[in-house]
Amino acid sequence: MRAPSSIGRRLTLLLAGVAALLAALSWAMVTGIARQAAERTQDNVLAASAATIAETLRSDRGEVRLELPYSAFAMLGAISEDRVFYRVAAGDAHLTGYADLPVAAADAPRPGQVSFATGAYRGATVRIASVTRQVLAGDAPVTVTVTVAQTRTGVATIARDLSRLAAIFAVALFVLAVGLSAVATRASLRPLNEIAAAVSRRGPSDLRPIRRAAPAELVSLLVALNRLMDRLGQSLRRSEDFIAEAAHRVRTPLATVRAQAEIALRSADDAAARDRLRGMIRALDESSRSAGQLLDHATVAFRADDLARAPIDLADIVARTAAALEPTATMKDITILRETVQARVAGDPVLLDAALRNVLDNAIKYSPEDTTVTLHVSRAAGTARIAVCDEGPGLDSGPGGDPVDALTERFRRGSNTEGVVGSGLGLTIAREVLEAHGGRLELGPGPEGTGTCVTLVLPSS
Amino acid sequence: MRHACLAIVVIFAALRAAAIEIEDHRFYPALAGDPAEIPLRVVSTADLDVFDPYLRAFQTARPGIAIDYTVVSSADLHRTIGDGAVYDLALSSAMDLQFQLANDGFAQSYRSTATEALPDWARWRDLIFAMSVEPAVVVFSTQRFAGLPVPTTRQELIALLRAHPDLFTGAVGTYDVRTSGLGYLLATQEDRSTDAFWRLSEVMGGLDPQLYCCSGQMIDDVSTGRLALAYNVLGSYAAERLVRESAGQMQILAMRDFANVIIRTAIVPATATRVEAAGALIDMLATLALREGRGTWPLPPLTQTGADAATGFGPIRLGPALMVYLDPLNRRGFLAEWENAMVQR
Repeated sequence: MRAPSSIGRRLTLLLAGVAALLAALSWAMVTGIARQAAERTQDNVLAASAATIAETLRSDRGEVRLELPYSAFAMLGAISEDRVFYRVAAGDAHLTGYADLPVAAADAPRPGQVSFATGAYRGATVRIASVTRQVLAGDAPVTVTVTVAQTRTGVATIARDLSRLAAIFAVALFVLAVGLSAVATRASLRPLNEIAAAVSRRGPSDLRPIRRAAPAELVSLLVALNRLMDRLGQSLRRSEDFIAEAAHRVRTPLATVRAQAEIALRSADDAAARDRLRGMIRALDESSRSAGQLLDHATVAFRADDLARAPIDLADIVARTAAALEPTATMKDITILRETVQARVAGDPVLLDAALRNVLDNAIKYSPEDTTVTLHVSRAAGTARIAVCDEGPGLDSGPGGDPVDALTERFRRGSNTEGVVGSGLGLTIAREVLEAHGGRLELGPGPEGTGTCVTLVLPSS
Repeated sequence: MRHACLAIVVIFAALRAAAIEIEDHRFYPALAGDPAEIPLRVVSTADLDVFDPYLRAFQTARPGIAIDYTVVSSADLHRTIGDGAVYDLALSSAMDLQFQLANDGFAQSYRSTATEALPDWARWRDLIFAMSVEPAVVVFSTQRFAGLPVPTTRQELIALLRAHPDLFTGAVGTYDVRTSGLGYLLATQEDRSTDAFWRLSEVMGGLDPQLYCCSGQMIDDVSTGRLALAYNVLGSYAAERLVRESAGQMQILAMRDFANVIIRTAIVPATATRVEAAGALIDMLATLALREGRGTWPLPPLTQTGADAATGFGPIRLGPALMVYLDPLNRRGFLAEWENAMVQR
């Protein structure tokens, strides 16, 4: 079976088929009725003609006499240009007319009753009407049969003309019905299209149930869709929970191991052993950081679903985050410079903290030693921005495309990051947080053309 | 043996020929083309001197066609076509007989733009086509009517005939309806249409009327003064003769109370073989029938009858009602009554 290409087209075709069927039916009915009406008219006139002739029957000196009245044939001539035949017979004796004309005889003809028949006479189809009358000829009554026949050309012409007219009407009706059914189909499919458009307009992580007034036929689809999205959301949350749990459980033992390694480093005398221990500590740091990022990512995924909208001043966040990362920066002799103004936004402070922390962490990580990282808060055109600029090697957007898209993919790292450990999750977390707030992440070179500026753009409140 | 067969064929042919009385006959050889080709066989009630211009005009247009023209009475024409004689075209002024032939299946249908141009009343089912419409009129001799008032209605005519039996005895002519199909048609239609018909017949019957088979002879006798008046003469013949030769000897009188207008019609007999040529002649006649103005043609066009003949009556309707008086019983009754009135003593 071929898959249906379009419900709309199928519905239109079906309706058109129904319309065609109805049009054909109505045409056939009108044609049949027209033919019947024409035939009945002819029958009536034939009967009247035969009756008019029968009325002139009389008995004269023991013989049946009659006089064909002029009107008997004039009325037949009035309805159509058809050939007329007639015959009058008294019993078996032929009185006048066409002796070989067949008689339309009912099984038991009652006097005065008209019987009809259709037959062939002289190469044409004729409608025959016969009427009988008792005439007293001499001392015995004689049954006289008057038969009048007429060809059916007129009937056929009337029927054909009306049939043609009916056909024109049927075609017009059909065309109209097809047009209307196309309109009706489009109208009835509109809710479906609207729901489809609403779903496709949604963001990639928007799994909220669809709440729309839908026609009864679509309610079950909507319910099923919502249930699916709910399950999908639950499943996503479960895996995020799992990751968070795992990260959390890994981080604590890592901290213990790191503490032990520090102690071992301090007490070690052998230069080779100290080197190994330092490498170990670096690896532990990185693992701990990755676990932290995974935790952050899970947090973002969890909290973005039902975003808190608390009033926040970006300057506070900047101050907090800078303070939190001051020790890391100091280790590399990096100075964190803050240039802040008051910039109010509505959002989730935990998430915004995480976003900025990851961006700043990145900046510190990729900056050479003894440089400056600047945190710059500004307001412009309905947006509040935090620009994080370093003096590092700058961005290499890699082969093709927007650096933001490329670098914010999960676990994707820049192409010039060899020698620096990292998971590639940092920018992804920042981007997700910003998008959840209706903002965006911008990447670009620093103000003097060197280094990198990562800008967190949020709608200001 | 062959001679015997031939003899039988000849005898049958002679019998068939003897069954009808040929009044006139003329062969028009083809002006061009194959002389061995079968001619267009026309049987007609119209006299040669009336119809000759039409045949010549037709031959001018179609020089390749030879024409065999036979003049018979309308009753004979009806009988011979009904018997299955082979003709390609039958022209008759007895429209009732023509209608019966068509009704009974002795005509074949023909259709062309020329016949479709004819008005509805001038054709019937593509079987019968009008060539001309002609009123039945009274023709009288101006000489014998000297000093008498000219009657314009049947009442006045009856009064005039009653007042002057001396002038009109033996000097009134009309059709013998027993032998003339056209006369019978005119009489029966008058019977249907006017009450004065039977009284007029009674009065004429008392004046020893002269009975004729044909319009032409009646007009001849009026022009010589043998007849004072001829009742029910076809207007076309009378007018045509008057213009040509009477020099004021005759006058036409159209009755104001009622006048029969007959349609001269053509049919293509079912036996016709040269249907194309017959159709061409019908087309020519139909086109001429619709011409404006009388022109030089002997037969009047369809368009002029009303005003020209001052009748105010439409032509007799082509239709099955025409067959009513052809019914043998009706005919017998009508002729008996007519004989009672006309042939009293």
